Amino acid sequence: MGILLHIGRFFSFLAAALRRPQKGRVFAQATLVELEAIGVQSVGIVALLSVFMGAVIAIQTAHQVGGWVPAYTIGFTVRQTMILEFAPTIIPVILSGKVGSNIASQIGTMQVTEQIDALEVMGVRSISFLVLPKLLAALLIFPFLVVIAMVLGMGAGAFICDFAELSSFADYEYGLQVDFSPFDVTYALIKTCVFALIITSVSAYHGYYTSGGAREVGRSSTKAVVYSVVIVMVANLVITQLLLT
Amino acid sequence: MIRVSGVKKAFGEKAVLHGIDAEFNSGQVNFIIGRSGSGKSVLTKCIVGLLEVDAGLIQYGDTDFSELDLKGREKVRRQIGMLFQGGALFDSMTVLENVIFPLRMFSDMTEEERLERAMECLKRVELEGAEDRFPAEVSGGMQKRVALARAIVGKPQYLFCDEPNSGLDPQTAIVIDNLIKDLTHEYGTTTVVISHDMNSVIEIGDSIHFLHEGEVAWHGDRKGILDSGVKSLDGFVYASDLMKDIRKQLRKK
Repeated sequence: MGILLHIGRFFSFLAAALRRPQKGRVFAQATLVELEAIGVQSVGIVALLSVFMGAVIAIQTAHQVGGWVPAYTIGFTVRQTMILEFAPTIIPVILSGKVGSNIASQIGTMQVTEQIDALEVMGVRSISFLVLPKLLAALLIFPFLVVIAMVLGMGAGAFICDFAELSSFADYEYGLQVDFSPFDVTYALIKTCVFALIITSVSAYHGYYTSGGAREVGRSSTKAVVYSVVIVMVANLVITQLLLT
Repeated sequence: MIRVSGVKKAFGEKAVLHGIDAEFNSGQVNFIIGRSGSGKSVLTKCIVGLLEVDAGLIQYGDTDFSELDLKGREKVRRQIGMLFQGGALFDSMTVLENVIFPLRMFSDMTEEERLERAMECLKRVELEGAEDRFPAEVSGGMQKRVALARAIVGKPQYLFCDEPNSGLDPQTAIVIDNLIKDLTHEYGTTTVVISHDMNSVIEIGDSIHFLHEGEVAWHGDRKGILDSGVKSLDGFVYASDLMKDIRKQLRKK
């Protein structure tokens, strides 16, 4: 299918997904379930990656420190890397592998086992019913995960500096505060929300238009991750260009 | 009543339905039979709106379904119950949640009333005690019965059953057949059953449409089907040795 046809179909899918829910209570319950699936179940992996990433960035930066590079650079670099790029971009990219593939395979399986047909025949707007709770849940929970990643990454940097005697805590703390711009956090959260929408909608789209059997569900899941990551990267460039220059 | 007039459907160059005319009456079990690839499932999907027709009309009572907008179709669909070939149960929900789902979406009942109605339907399909199990934890026959309970929970005016007996043992198949027949006669439902199973057709079929190469090649009742004189239908009905023996006995009489 041509790329233009895909784009057209994607936007009409998105419009259908954003339609008003038919039953508020059912929608609210579904959103809570998705908050748990997308958010709570991702806290562990986000925490683990952020801790190791913060520590590694601190060690790598310490390797450069000395001579004319001041010790507080370690805290500064960890902060900037975690806030500007690792937490808001790399964490969503990792989540696209976990959450995105899960969404695509769940909806894809429903499609090939006629569960979506069953919804449609009942008079349920299947796209809105299945996708809107996931979109809303991702939009609500991704910023929390990203903030957790930022805090844990910077905390892990502090720990490794002290543990491996890379710098004093005072230097690290000063580095965390020096030349801090609150807008960096705003920029990171804006990016996160956009990426949350991209990952959930692209993954749901690939799942929904699955046809065939188990092999096609697997393919849809792979496509969901690949397309999500590519679109996130392009969106990252565009948002950064728009907001930071 | 459902009326289908001049329905055509093609997939690319391949025409599947060549102008189908049929009427499915209320309070009757209406069968659509035919060999694999004859267009039965495509016709059913067109009737319930899962596929758009290329030409022709589909009427539910006096309502022209093919001309309705999305909201109008949703309204008609709330009067439809459908039993899918594979059950199509929501695998993340328990048996009870599956059955109660249409009521939660569309009824104004209280939760107690919904629960009571869902349990009544589960009792009807002899599945009391299975309400907390997930679809993956019950047998194929039980899944079909859960799907039937879900299809009838909203007391639909129109009931569609796609191969309700496929993959079931003969005893369970008879249970499902009798349920479909009883529910149809009890509620005055317009029931449309798509099937290959001649036993079901002869047992419960009030009205039968035989599809051959995308056309209605024969229409009649279960008495007429054994002696239709239509070559393609005879080939379908008397495919097995058992049915050939029955024909011999009928001819001797």
